[in-house]
Amino acid sequence: MLKIQPRIERSTRMSWLSPLIAILLTLLASCLLFLALNISPMAAFKVFILSPFSDSYNIGELMVKTTPLLLCATGLTLCYRANIWNIGAEGQLLIGALASSAVAVHVAADAGTTELMIVLITGACAGMAWAAIPTLLYQRFNTNIILSTIMVNYIGYYLLQWAVYGPLMDPNGMGFPESAMFPDGVLLEPLETTINSFFSFFSHADVNIIQTGRATDSIAVALLMAVLTNIILYRSLPGFKLRVFGEDKAAARYAGFNSNRIVWGVMLFAGALAGFAGASEVTGPIGQLIPQVSPGYGYAAIIVAYLGRLNPIGVIISAFFMGALYMGSDMAQIELGISTAVTGLFQGTLLFFLLACDYLINYEIVFKRNTTDTTQSNEA
Amino acid sequence: MDITLIQNTLSYALITGTPLLIIALGELVCEKSGVLNLGQEGMMLMGAMAGFAGTLLTGSLFLGILLAMLAGMLMSLIFGVLTLTLNTNQVATGLALTIFGTGLSAFLGNTLVGQTVQGFQRIEIPLLHQIPFFGSLLFSHNILVYLSFVLVASVWHIMHKTRLGLTIRAVGENPHSANALGIHVIMLRYGTVTFGGAMAGLAGAYMSLATTSMWAEGMTAGRGWIALALVVFASWRIGYLMLGAYLFGLMSMMHLILQGTAITVSPNLLAMLPYLATILVMVLLSTNSVRQKLSTPMSLGKPFDPKIH
Repeated sequence: MLKIQPRIERSTRMSWLSPLIAILLTLLASCLLFLALNISPMAAFKVFILSPFSDSYNIGELMVKTTPLLLCATGLTLCYRANIWNIGAEGQLLIGALASSAVAVHVAADAGTTELMIVLITGACAGMAWAAIPTLLYQRFNTNIILSTIMVNYIGYYLLQWAVYGPLMDPNGMGFPESAMFPDGVLLEPLETTINSFFSFFSHADVNIIQTGRATDSIAVALLMAVLTNIILYRSLPGFKLRVFGEDKAAARYAGFNSNRIVWGVMLFAGALAGFAGASEVTGPIGQLIPQVSPGYGYAAIIVAYLGRLNPIGVIISAFFMGALYMGSDMAQIELGISTAVTGLFQGTLLFFLLACDYLINYEIVFKRNTTDTTQSNEA
Repeated sequence: MDITLIQNTLSYALITGTPLLIIALGELVCEKSGVLNLGQEGMMLMGAMAGFAGTLLTGSLFLGILLAMLAGMLMSLIFGVLTLTLNTNQVATGLALTIFGTGLSAFLGNTLVGQTVQGFQRIEIPLLHQIPFFGSLLFSHNILVYLSFVLVASVWHIMHKTRLGLTIRAVGENPHSANALGIHVIMLRYGTVTFGGAMAGLAGAYMSLATTSMWAEGMTAGRGWIALALVVFASWRIGYLMLGAYLFGLMSMMHLILQGTAITVSPNLLAMLPYLATILVMVLLSTNSVRQKLSTPMSLGKPFDPKIH
């Protein structure tokens, strides 16, 4: 007989199995969707699962999609670990893109690395500033941080729209809502150039071992930040304080941890990463400011953070998975004629399944042969 | 300022505030029973899409509305199964519902973009609409506005004058006591969550059948989120909820009002006003945090498992 009963302890094994089961269930559900659309699931999976890895250009594209997701999700991971419901990555990303563009269109044509650094730092700082607004409201006025971060997301979105239709619009752009293309100097180096010149330097010869399409150095920064965050979270005192604060506020207070510093710390960190993500989008694969800087990366990052079990290393894996999903639906639009809206549908389904599977972290299904034994009912 | 301008402005505020009022009313009942459903935006979008599709296919506005409410209810049932039966985190599940609803409505509504239907028309109530000033302000709108008046009155009556209302409030304050008294907490919460879904669906259909007569991806533009803030603003009181909804209606009509004056501001900047106002309202509320704490349903957002005490 099947029976569901609460577990005595949280199951660590289940907490890592749950995302895998959720992904499998989402695949099954998408099978049904493809069948309903008269598309062979095999053909669809070929596009969704194999195409992101099919050639070096596509692997580069996968990194392009993964970078902003990873950056945003790394920041959100710390926030959620501290039990701060920051939904504001999307707005912070947009403002980061906007601010860095405002600088980038004004640099001289022969600008170099210094200017690029200024542009990127401006983006990160703008993201931080944008994150500071809901943080201040939360700390000073105790406003609901979910609602305030969402409201500033909308404000950020309209600010971006205003800028591309107003002060940042390319005067020679024939009225298109786009900024001028940035000078080459403030564009991020392609990843392949960096890696190849790194190996050329050591082997004293021209090496061309890798091709990565449109991917830029920002993926390296994103990976580095995730690893760094992992060290901070699990191997440092601030990380320990943060985890205690997130698990039990009262315990953190009794231990004398400064909650003010933790909240500001995680929010500004998340803002800086999201702002940098925005800056690296406009100075990377896009090369100018356009209204559609982000296809909802900031919101998808919430799912990435959960799928990665709020663990920065787990987040790296789940960010690549989500990046592949974004890419897959781009390819599916071209090859199968499916609208890219399917991305959001899969994301929502995945999060539902994940939440449902997480039930098994705290509850277990037990098989009981002896059905006459009614004394051991689960009424605690 | 002349009288017709005031009259028109207020009338617009009423029309644009109505969908907010409807969705916030559903969420208020839901929150009164202790369930925080952050999926309002997703349910509303599904309602907007389903309502439009229903009317486009059948040619009947009534069937469109029905389909919209059904879509909202189905969405809220997903939320219900996850949070009430599987005890998942209400905040995360609500966010998932919004992401899912946004995606699903965009996906299903893909072919509907660019089409139009004959939406709801203004109905002038005989005699009443001739009352000077208030007549055309209150009695010259589409039928959903009148329906919203009826809904507000009935929800107020149910919540404050009936046994059902008392039970809902009791469950929201202390589900364990309610459970001990023999109330089926989970079933009751399924009821309020589904009611919230139906209202969100109706509010969505209002957007696609009365406000615009068309469907566009993400057309509710954060109204589901603003409604959540509105419930807090109203400190879970229906009278304040009405006032708040119309105030926000006024905010989102600012660009039309300013068009008549000499002031020129970018429409993109004016579009920020409702969100700025929401933030401002949340800040103002904090000046009275004690009242806020007292009016919040005690068990709001907390999962309830009758097996675990």
